[in-house]
Formats: sequence, C-alpha cells, structure tokens
Amino acid sequence: MKKYTDTGKKDTRSGFGEGLYEAAAKNPDIVAMTADLAGSVKMDKFSRDFPERFFQCGIAEANMIGAAAGIAITGKTVFAASFAEFVTGRVYDQIRQEVAYGHTNVKIAASHAGITLGEDGATHQTMEDIALMRALPGMTVINPCDFNQTKAATIAAAEYDGPVYLRFGRPSVPNFTPADQKFEIGKAIIMNEGTDVTLIATGHMVWEAIKAAEILESEGISAEVIDIATIKPIDRKAVTESAAKTRAVVCAEEHNMAGGLGELVAGILAEECPVHMEFINGQDRFGQSGTPAELMSAYGLDAEHIAAAARKATGKK
Amino acid sequence: MRVVIPIYITMVSIDELKKISSQVRRDIIRMVAGAKSGHPGGSMSSADFLTALYFGGVMKHDPATWTRSGKGQDVFILSAGHLSPVYYSLLARAGYFPVSELATFRKFGSRLQGHPSTEKHLPGVFQPSGSLGQGLSAAAGVALGKRLDNDGRLTYVLMGDGESEEGQIWEAAMFCSHHKIDNLIAITDWNRQQIDGNVDSVAGLGDLEGKWKSFGWEVITCDGHDFEKILAAFAEAGSLTGKGKPVMILMHSDMGHGVDFMAGTNEWHGKAPSAELAEKALSQLEETLGDF
Repeated sequence: MKKYTDTGKKDTRSGFGEGLYEAAAKNPDIVAMTADLAGSVKMDKFSRDFPERFFQCGIAEANMIGAAAGIAITGKTVFAASFAEFVTGRVYDQIRQEVAYGHTNVKIAASHAGITLGEDGATHQTMEDIALMRALPGMTVINPCDFNQTKAATIAAAEYDGPVYLRFGRPSVPNFTPADQKFEIGKAIIMNEGTDVTLIATGHMVWEAIKAAEILESEGISAEVIDIATIKPIDRKAVTESAAKTRAVVCAEEHNMAGGLGELVAGILAEECPVHMEFINGQDRFGQSGTPAELMSAYGLDAEHIAAAARKATGKK
Repeated sequence: MRVVIPIYITMVSIDELKKISSQVRRDIIRMVAGAKSGHPGGSMSSADFLTALYFGGVMKHDPATWTRSGKGQDVFILSAGHLSPVYYSLLARAGYFPVSELATFRKFGSRLQGHPSTEKHLPGVFQPSGSLGQGLSAAAGVALGKRLDNDGRLTYVLMGDGESEEGQIWEAAMFCSHHKIDNLIAITDWNRQQIDGNVDSVAGLGDLEGKWKSFGWEVITCDGHDFEKILAAFAEAGSLTGKGKPVMILMHSDMGHGVDFMAGTNEWHGKAPSAELAEKALSQLEETLGDF
C-alpha cells in the first residue's frame, strides 16, 4: 500500500490564494472579488500586487455575484470569494441566474466550507453547499483535499472556461499530495489500490480515508482509496470500476447526506453496479462551536468511523 | 484576423422615433396576445425612451458586429426581464434578428423566451434576467470590464420602480458609487405600478430621487413619453459620464401608455389582452413599419 506523508500542515484556503496569485501573474484577464473577507480567503497578496483588477465589494454578496458575472461577460475570468455559506445559500438565485443560466466565466471560491470552520459555529458552517451547487445545470464542482491539490485545482479552474464552484477550508490540515501535480477537472485520483472495499472521499475526508485504509490494512482488509476532487462532473468510470472490483463502498464527506457525494455515488452505482454501501457524513445536522478536531470526531467524520463503516460494508458481502 | 468596424445605428428624427415607438407598441400587443401571456404594461411605459435609446443616436451599437462581450459597443442590460416584449421588438426592429421571429415569443423552441435568455444565443441579449433586482449588479460588472479594457463605451441598464424594492439594487447602488463607476447610465421606469397594485400602496419607495442622490449618484428626472425631453436627458446623462459618478435617469411614465384602456393602471402589468381587446388596442396604434 502506498504511504502518504504529511509534509507539514497547511490550510487549503492558502492553496487557493497561491494558485490564484500564480494564475493571475500569468493571465492579466483574471479578476478577483470578495465581500469584506480578503484576508480570510487569502486574496491579500492578489489585492496588493494587482489592485486594478481586485474589487472589494463590502458585505454585499448578492451584488458581488452579479457584478462578477458582468465582468466575466466582457471576457475576464472572475474569482468571487467568501465563506462557503455566504457564496452559496445566501446568493443561490444570483448564482443560478447570473452564473449558471448565463453560463458566465465565474469561479465561486468558497472558503471555510464544512464543519471544520470550527469555533464560529453552525451559522457559518455549511454542510449543504455541495448539494446546492451540484443541482445547477452546467456547474462544475471541485472540492480538493489539501493545500497542494487546492493550488493545482485553482490553476485548473482559472484555465477552464465556464462556471466553477471551488470549495476549500479554513483549518491547517495534512499536506500530502505532490506539489507539482497537474489537476485534471473531472478525473478521480486513485490514492491507493485495494481489493476488499472502496473508500470514496472528498476534501478533508481524503486524508481520513487514507488513515482508515492503514487501520484496515493492519486488520487484513485491503482498501482502495479514491479522491473525488471533482464532484461534478464525477469520474463515473473510476467509481464504477472500483465498486465492481471490491463490491463494497464507503463514501465520506464533510457535508450532509442530502445532495452530497454519497447520494451521487449511490445513484451511479444503483444504475451501473449495485454494491453494499455505507455513508460517512454530517447526518442531516447543523454543526456547532468547537475545534475542528473535536467536531470531526463528534460528528463521526474521521478515520476511525470510516474504518468502522468499511468493516460493516465488507461484512455484508 | 478580419477587423470589423462597427457602424453604429445613427440618430433618426423625432417624427421617425414616434413612428418606431408606435410600431413597437403594436408589436408588444401582438406578441402578448399571440402568446396569451406576457407583460404589456411596463413594456408600453418604457417603449418611448427605449426607442430613443436604440434609435435616437443615444446608444452606440451595431447589430452586424454585435458580440455578447460587448467589445467596442455600448451595452444594454434589461434588469426588469419581464419587459421582454419591448426589448425583443426593439432588437428585431434594429436588425439584431428577423422581425418575423417576434411571432415565436414565448413559444416552445423559441429564442424569444418568456424572459430574456442567453442560452439560445439571441443576438442583442447580454445576460439572462427576470429574477428581479440583479441587472444593476451585472451592468456594474460590464462597466468595470470596459474600464479594465479602456473600451471607452458605456453600459446602460433599465430597472423597474417596483424592482427597486429589492435589496440588491441598493447593494449595487453603493458599489457603483464606491468604485466610481462613471461609464454607467441606469434608467428607472418610474410608472408607479407593480403586479399587486400602486407602488406606494405595495411597498412605498419614498423619496426615490433623494435616495439615489444620497447613494452618490447623479440623478436626472424626465418625462418618459416626450421624445425631446428624453433625448435631452440622455444627452445630459452622457455629459455626466466620465466624472467619477454613476448616473441615474428617473423616467416618469405611465404603465400601458398608448392604449386608453391599458394606461395608468396595474391591471395590464402581466396580462395579455383577449383577441377582441387586442384589436381595440391596435386600432389606437398606427402601423408604421409593417407588422411582423
């Protein structure tokens, strides 16, 4: 089994900031906007070095989305960033009309996604955003797993012509994917090959799935780990082929069940290859205040819970 | 690459503008009657000043070289998307697409969707609209894009007065003045009517002129049915661009203007006339350019 090493904890939002800066340094048509959260979403370097194409919108997210679409019409690539809750739930209709239906080249950059936002509590922790963005025709949904992958995904999103929802987080988490990776939108990444069970994870849960596979290996269970960095369009082939091989699947996401990765994979496998499935997610709950580690454990979003779900799924075969 | 030079639609006389707006009103009545649905009231209150915008030499636009990016041309965003009948009529009469296509309004498969859409690539339409309160933000974005490109052309946007009840309008109002977006001319069709009744009775806007001024805008008020005054207001608005402030023209208008039984009431905001009433309406509107 392939071993992954944490090269030093980093936040995925900083991966976004670096990717955006690198893309913008090469492409003068990249524009950035935020709603009073430039520091939090790591746009401060962009705003310092490219002030003429940085637009501070103030605490007015609806206008930010509309203005982003307008700038995009003129031929620019626009990144509009805030906390995930405030650039999805708060502005769903604006995204639907101006970005998705208008098919404008806007990248919704959603930081502080999921429960690992931590201490701010449920008002700021969204576990519904993937569902909202997946529901929109033509929207690409990307949820990378660590700093390096978020940086690469941001560069790929900048090069892609069309609406993108790019989801990342606040806490420092293990950085374990290659620094020089090229991100391919729509391609799943097989992190580890296995034969007994498939662990399909997205975002922060990919590291937990890798750790779960190590626990399972010590018990003699061979787990395949798939990183679904692009949730839409999902890599159907990778999911189906792995399920056909292992006949047991666990889906893990920092998001609720409704409209999330688990339902998506279940839908595909119901059509293509029905197998035993288990689901690790927020279980239709709001979050609460706490440290990211406390919350991941309390909500069952960690390696131990994934390993337990994998035992259950393999036991049903 | 072939360089295409826009040939902007040149100014026509006030007599000709009156003829065009009469035909546009006929188009509106015939489109909504044909579709048995749609929004004639606001389409008719805005028909005169929009005719001036498209044909009076105000907006620099050229259907032959039009692209959705709006490069090298003035851009018009219809925020009040339910005014699609007047919008489609003007675009067709200006040459963006065949006039005959107006007969497909709201029909299955048509490019002339109930509310404007970019999905079927109808020439002249820059952005979908219909969910109210969003067009000023989009127009502000287009204006910023033009500023980044040193394009030198203007962006126009039309909102309804009822639409100004949306909070996003005021987010956008602050955004435009804060960023000194001075290549933008907004228009409010101040017809004082909305679906549920008189605007003042539904959700009064109070001192609309004072509101826009206090949000940092240059504000012009105008009689939206007097072509001389309309052209003067657009000229004044144009002269105020490039001076650090966004510009708003508040157009006093009558919903349903041009047909006696439709004027000054909210009854025809979003209702199509019967075939009989459509004939009665058309008898009051001269056919000047040939019906579609």
